Amino acid sequence: MSEWSQALRAVGKNGGAGVATISGNRALQIEEPLLFEQDSPGHCGIDLPEPPPVKSRLGGLERRGAIGLPGLSEPQVVRHFTRLSQKNYAIDSGMYPLGSCTMKHNPRLNEKMARLPGFGDVHPLQPVQTVQGALELIDTLAHWLKTLTGMPAVALSPAAGAHGELCGIMTIRAALEARGNPRRRILVPESAHGTNPATAAACGYTVEAIPADATGRVDTAALKGALGPDVAALMLTNPNTCGLFERDIIEIAEAVHAAGAFFYCDGANFNAIVGRVRPAELGIDALHINLHKTFSTPHGGGGPGSGPVVLAAELAAFAPVPWIVHAENGFALVESETGVAADAIGRLKGFHGQMGMFVRALTYMMSHGADGLRQVAEDAVLNANYLRVLLQDVMSVSFPGTCMHEVLFDDRFLRDSGVTTLDFAKAMIDEGFHPMTMYFPLVVHGALLIEPTETESKASLDQFATVLRGLIGRIKAGDTASFAAAPQLTPRRRLDETGAARKPVLRWRPEPVHQAAAE
Amino acid sequence: MRYLPLTEADRRDMLATVGVDSIDDLFVDVPDAARHTGLVDLPLAMGELAVERRLSAMAARNVSAGSVPFFCGGGAYRHHVPAAVDHLIQRGEFLTSYTPYQPELAQGTLQYLFEFQTQVALLTGMEVANASLYDGATACAEAVAMAGRATRRRKSVLSGGLHPHYRAVCETYAQFTGETLLVQDPAPGGGEDLMVLVDKDTACVVVQNPDFYGEIRDYSELAEQCHRAGALLVVVVTEILSLGAIRSPGEMGADIVAAEGQSFGNALNFGGPYVGLFATREKFVRQMPGRLAGQTTDAEGRRGWVLTLSTREQHIRREKATSNICTNAGLCALAFTIHLSLLGEAGLTGLAQLNHALAVTAAERLAAVPGVALVNDSFFNEFALRLPRPAAGIVDALAERGVLAGVPVSRFYPDRAELADVLLVAVTETVTEDDIEQFARELAGELAEVLR
Amino acid sequence: MSSLRFTKDHEWVRQDGDTVTIGITDYAQEQMGDVVYVELPEVGRTVEQGKEAAVVESAKAASEVYAPVSGEVVAVNDALSGDPAQVNADAMGEGWFVKIRLSDPKQLDGLMDEAAYQAFVAEQH
Repeated sequence: MSEWSQALRAVGKNGGAGVATISGNRALQIEEPLLFEQDSPGHCGIDLPEPPPVKSRLGGLERRGAIGLPGLSEPQVVRHFTRLSQKNYAIDSGMYPLGSCTMKHNPRLNEKMARLPGFGDVHPLQPVQTVQGALELIDTLAHWLKTLTGMPAVALSPAAGAHGELCGIMTIRAALEARGNPRRRILVPESAHGTNPATAAACGYTVEAIPADATGRVDTAALKGALGPDVAALMLTNPNTCGLFERDIIEIAEAVHAAGAFFYCDGANFNAIVGRVRPAELGIDALHINLHKTFSTPHGGGGPGSGPVVLAAELAAFAPVPWIVHAENGFALVESETGVAADAIGRLKGFHGQMGMFVRALTYMMSHGADGLRQVAEDAVLNANYLRVLLQDVMSVSFPGTCMHEVLFDDRFLRDSGVTTLDFAKAMIDEGFHPMTMYFPLVVHGALLIEPTETESKASLDQFATVLRGLIGRIKAGDTASFAAAPQLTPRRRLDETGAARKPVLRWRPEPVHQAAAE
Repeated sequence: MRYLPLTEADRRDMLATVGVDSIDDLFVDVPDAARHTGLVDLPLAMGELAVERRLSAMAARNVSAGSVPFFCGGGAYRHHVPAAVDHLIQRGEFLTSYTPYQPELAQGTLQYLFEFQTQVALLTGMEVANASLYDGATACAEAVAMAGRATRRRKSVLSGGLHPHYRAVCETYAQFTGETLLVQDPAPGGGEDLMVLVDKDTACVVVQNPDFYGEIRDYSELAEQCHRAGALLVVVVTEILSLGAIRSPGEMGADIVAAEGQSFGNALNFGGPYVGLFATREKFVRQMPGRLAGQTTDAEGRRGWVLTLSTREQHIRREKATSNICTNAGLCALAFTIHLSLLGEAGLTGLAQLNHALAVTAAERLAAVPGVALVNDSFFNEFALRLPRPAAGIVDALAERGVLAGVPVSRFYPDRAELADVLLVAVTETVTEDDIEQFARELAGELAEVLR
Repeated sequence: MSSLRFTKDHEWVRQDGDTVTIGITDYAQEQMGDVVYVELPEVGRTVEQGKEAAVVESAKAASEVYAPVSGEVVAVNDALSGDPAQVNADAMGEGWFVKIRLSDPKQLDGLMDEAAYQAFVAEQH
């Protein structure tokens, strides 16, 4: 039987949840159609002045028909998006124990600072003497990132973590080409996030996966064995995606460098070590930092992110433009591959980078300071270990012992129960929790990766553990049907992802107008 | 520390539960050489008031666009964002929510992404659009890469009218993928012949409409030429509002549209975050990069939405993904959707008309200044002027006189002497007729000073 | 019956003269879950034994299908683009992927027969 048929059957057995209403609404949970289904043609939520009468200069290429956008008033638009928001889970509502995502509280001061007119209402191409404050902010952020990581240089323009990886691998390739040979292979642990091999391939490299050892760390012997004169780089995440610090990292760095290769570090898990460990001292040559993870810029339902890349001296010259440099009368922008930036790989993005995220991240950094940031890492690691200990007797910890800021479980504890990792996660939703990261990393079966972050209180963690223990108790008592039927209390039940992929419907279309019968 | 809920008592209790004496015991795997007991050399924690003072001081050292007559464009445009937009995007359920991988908990996000995709497809005249990319420039580079995949060819032609940053990003990406780019020289006033460059090895031709200098053209013939040769036409749009007034790329036969959506809902923000728009034909949908929201039903038969066609993406295909992209522009796409919802068909048309009318007014007034010539035959809300002296110097001088007079093309092409006197001027609904008058007066005054 | 062979990557191969038909086994489709899309090679393409010939996708995963033998693709199952569910419903029959004209018939000798494949699958658990 197909998975979707199974899901339908499970729901049928368990029935719908609760009271039927006339409207289909359920109190605060209100059904909301698409914008396009609420069109009042000609209506508008904005009042515009009359344009001055002029002769058109559009070259005869005026639009020849309607676009098809719906018209709504402001109250309708506000209600529409408010109702949509009420169907979303968010950090402001509850915990996201998502491993590798670092879903920490998003301070509102960040938003206030980003909206200061002197930051928000400034154009990237204004004369530089009119934007010295913006350049100062970026320079200050650069200083904080370099100091926290111990690295001498930073490329700020990448728009996201994956973009930062691209930047890092591109600079590595450029540095190798300058030495005469770009080489062919990049080594990536099996446990790596998908962006790592995708990035390597985008830069023209083939990817070789290195297995993990029994402790969940990269197999150092296998790694050393894989090194050779055609290896351009190793891409490692530290702490790794199993939540463990790579103990042999300095030895690994030395081996990588001895082979003439570069050491790229994925900084997604920097939250575990910020303020306590400087990646430069681990031998890393390039590290991207997800400002939307460690430095609290909001996830916004999927973006925008920001992924600056700190660089070792050997790579600094290749950093993409623009560069912000100190000049005689203040800050200057080097926007093309000339002068000091003659060896830059080029440009990765329009304009200067994600300034809005820079303001938010610097606000966060200054709020915490050197002492606060160190405390962040310590509390993040403490919280994860606390959960590990609260759950280790009922869930299967993949790699027993101390973890860093996240703890990895696998599905052995669900074996023979009839409940999958997926079902377990969906049952958590009814309990008011977003599920943890599932099925990643790939090195264990049915992975469940939990990262509470430092902004969860002890009470929140205790409640989380209590709920998980309760769910497992229910499984042990033989109640598994509710898991297959979960979630039951959300605005929508489980959705048919198979159907969505087989017959993709990616936009709204108007109903075809039926032709009137011929007269 | 206001953002950290754990108290000292909590920490003691939790360490005891974990079974260690101190937090340092949990960092036991850190090599000795990298272990530090002290703090990094950065300032200590600051309260809100202190942080506000520091940052406000930096912000105050910038001239904000709203404080002076303002005419800068060049790929980022100052539009009036209605008050409702910013309030709505700051609702915690939008601002602090995660990527909608658990659709049951994220129908709000998924529904607005579906609406966004529809809006982008309608505006561009294309069949399908994704849930946004980082910005227009990276969208352009992704379009070139996609054309290569779809045609299995390695050569692309880039118009000289393409925004120089977009061209530069394409060149950077191509360096590493090994694609060949035939980049045409910048040519304000036109004159390039792209059709002669299209052959059986061409993956795509990339044009911008309106182009970097504001000129509007009909690319239908070029589209047909490309299709006859088995190549794709990529059309770039940097001022998305223009599609409220001019013919869409889809209508002209475009295969891929790569655009910047910043004009709707998103402040200038000194260059980012912005929102890349990406639209194409249905037949290429599995070649598209980026996230896609798709409609489906739930187990009770009700309509809902999920992220779909995920096997194109890196978290599944890894090194075989269509792109290494993970994120989209999320909140920026939401702002776009809300702004466009408030505008609707009538408002979009009206706003576009207003922009054009003010731009025409400004172009006529400025071209009447002695020594100044309008380059364009046609334009939407941005045009190029030829000045009697290098434009960069004039812009600096006018900035001293309290006018942000536009963007000198030499900022993008410092080595091309023939472009040194070209100035890009953008006029949006935020410009008043007094602003235009002041600009013209200061410009005339500045030019006259030298002539004296 | 005896013309059916199997690979360790859970592909089946049915010989018919100098061409073979290939697909994924019933075990493979079960492991995959609901198939949403199959990326098939172009007719006329040359495939090499052990190299990727097709990709089968579920909503959450994509698996390479490796050519069990070398040769030229002479036909692909176009019906799958409209109805990928055939792979789940009838993996060994209507859910076939590709027909290949063998360049080296001896390659078939190295593949498992039905009994050996069943034993192999039993070992997987």
